[in-house]
Amino acid sequence: MKVFKAVEMNRCIGCLSCMITCSAVNQQDHSILKSAIRIKTSGGLTGKFVAIVCQACKDDVPCAEICPTGALIKRPAGGVLLDKDKCIGCELCVSACTVEAIHFDQETQKPIVCKHCGVCVRFCPHGCLQLVEEVQ
Amino acid sequence: MLYEKTIRVLYIDLAASKIEVKQRTDLSEYLGGVGIATKLLEETVKPELPPLAPEQPIILAIGAISGIFPLVTKTVAMFLSPLTGEMGESYAGGRLALALSMAGYDAVVISGKASRPSYIAIEGDTVQIKDARPIWGMDSDVVGQFLRDSEEGRGRRSILRIGPAGEKMVKFASVCVDTYRHFGRLGLGATMGSKLVKAIIVSGDNTTKIQNFKDYFRSYQEIFKSVTETDLMSKYHDLGTAINVESVSALGALPTRNLTENHFDEAEEISGEAFAEKSLVRKMACTGCPVGCIHIGQFRRKFDDGYDYESVSVAYDYELIYSLGSLLGIPKTDEVLQLIEVVEKTGMDAISAGVALAWATESLMQDIVTEEDTIVPLTFGNSENYSKAIRYLASRRNSFYEALGEGTRSAGAKFGGKDHALQVAGNEIPGYHTGYANLVGLTVGARHSHLCNAGYSVDQSLKDFDEQKAVNKLFDEELERCLLNSLVICLFARKLYNRETVLKALRAAGYPLTDDDLTLIAKRIYSTKLHLKEKLGFDPRQVQLPKRFFKTPSMQGVLDSTMVERMISQYVEKCEALLAEKI
Ligand code: SF4
Ligand code: SF4
Ligand code: SF4
Repeated sequence: MKVFKAVEMNRCIGCLSCMITCSAVNQQDHSILKSAIRIKTSGGLTGKFVAIVCQACKDDVPCAEICPTGALIKRPAGGVLLDKDKCIGCELCVSACTVEAIHFDQETQKPIVCKHCGVCVRFCPHGCLQLVEEVQ
Repeated sequence: MLYEKTIRVLYIDLAASKIEVKQRTDLSEYLGGVGIATKLLEETVKPELPPLAPEQPIILAIGAISGIFPLVTKTVAMFLSPLTGEMGESYAGGRLALALSMAGYDAVVISGKASRPSYIAIEGDTVQIKDARPIWGMDSDVVGQFLRDSEEGRGRRSILRIGPAGEKMVKFASVCVDTYRHFGRLGLGATMGSKLVKAIIVSGDNTTKIQNFKDYFRSYQEIFKSVTETDLMSKYHDLGTAINVESVSALGALPTRNLTENHFDEAEEISGEAFAEKSLVRKMACTGCPVGCIHIGQFRRKFDDGYDYESVSVAYDYELIYSLGSLLGIPKTDEVLQLIEVVEKTGMDAISAGVALAWATESLMQDIVTEEDTIVPLTFGNSENYSKAIRYLASRRNSFYEALGEGTRSAGAKFGGKDHALQVAGNEIPGYHTGYANLVGLTVGARHSHLCNAGYSVDQSLKDFDEQKAVNKLFDEELERCLLNSLVICLFARKLYNRETVLKALRAAGYPLTDDDLTLIAKRIYSTKLHLKEKLGFDPRQVQLPKRFFKTPSMQGVLDSTMVERMISQYVEKCEALLAEKI
């Protein structure tokens, strides 16, 4: 099993192909607001790009721990999967994630969280994103 | 809007502080982009008033599939050009198209003049006209920094701003979009300045459900693949358009030292390779473009003794290396970058600024103007003085720079240096002296830019030059680009977005159009443009071309002015035939 990592963000050209395809494939939406990965600039466009996305926490997983209904299920390789039926939209996971990788979709009233599917990796033209084997 | 026939237009009246949104279904026959922008310009422009009159509009528009397919990344701006006095049309990339689409607008029409320096903040449905007095006078890059910190929407908003040149209404002032992209040509910056608008910020949080995921994502993937897996686009990503510097010079088509020469002996020193090796530090892209053609070059500047250095990064490309390099006789990459930096900060079109200074330099050599006029002695190759002159020009320091700020054509007429004023119909020329198709293309082109009909490329593609063939090619290209610009794709992807691809992409986004529909739309747009230009008093047969074009040999040798006139007339006939068609 693999996890997704934004490994080479120094190379990022800011095309947002990752966000466009993540939103499209995982949320069937054209808006980049629905993407689980977010590319931001640090200090304007002259600064570097940073990727705000799930860090694939393993074993100690803050968002899963705080979820009162057990809707965030730990993936063996790291990160979580959302069980939409269990989720009550309480937003606790959003505040639990230190790197702010979970955002709340106001329309669906559910969190958007990376499921490590690797779609964005396929559409990153500059090799910034990778699916890597879990580190033992 | 996506999947809809309605065109949502945001009207901002600065004088009355009135904001209005109209759903214009009637505009859908123009598809979007340049189509709807031309129509909106036609509706709102005041031909009887000067270009910088408060009543004149600024139109911004995106297309039907903006932001959802690779390289559909541009926004078109239309206005009455203060530089040429006729139709103004300019394109910028960056994040603007996506931001407008997320804000929920296909087009924005800004008219009137604010009562004090202002900036416009468009945040979805909330549109505010805010106080810009503290940022008035700031360089373009600094304004960006301030607004970035004080406004919402990091990562998906777009910031347009002008520099001091726009405030001073230098007729070729530009608008900087998201640091590295511009509405460069034809003086939109002056129009914004005349309205006391320092900046426009656009953001929004619209979402749109994909209606037919399979079709959409299949076309997305196909287009994405041909961008990244074929070599169609690699030239733009690898060395960028700068790759052409050496080859165009070798062809004898690179305007050098105010086109007293057609090649630059030191072209190798400022070639794409030279920039890549010496200064390239990163590449960037417009939102939604996996190519990333924006080449950022860096240079180091010492600002004090005691090893005090600062590093400066600016974007470079072919046109800039021409206008601030070969045209001014500058053979060093760092010096070209430094000139780009000042042009950026002050907010002027880099091509026009370079051409204006090249004209001033030659005029000084010919004693048409004096050193008192130019304040510093301008000589080809002296970038330090050019750097100062750019500041003087942007601030219109004395009566000479005041006059030069009206444009090279106007300065040429005023001081008696028309023959070496490198402009066509008032617009300073881009970096090609390839021959007849280029010159005719610039004259008849809707906005007198090489991007109207790519005359420079027609010259290079026709093995045995044939005037009628060339005229036909120019016309067909101009027509097809009306369509591509109604989608507002990046023209670097023009080969990729052939009819088949365009139709597929449109269909996937809920626009089931046919090839004939597209042809009709292109014709409709072009005729509207031609009508509008006529209304604004433009006739290509009246354009007076400077003698320099017929003196310095082009790639095709010395050009004959009667041939150019003949080709222009042939082109006009084709336009008349189009206008006679029932569309
Ligand atoms: S791995 Fe999948 S879910 Fe995670 S950011 Fe990439 S596309 Fe989105
Ligand atoms: S796809 Fe790659 S290059 Fe483009 S924004 Fe995402 S991480 Fe950066
Ligand atoms: S090729 Fe360059 S200008 Fe065109 S969309 Fe891509 S980054 Fe922008």
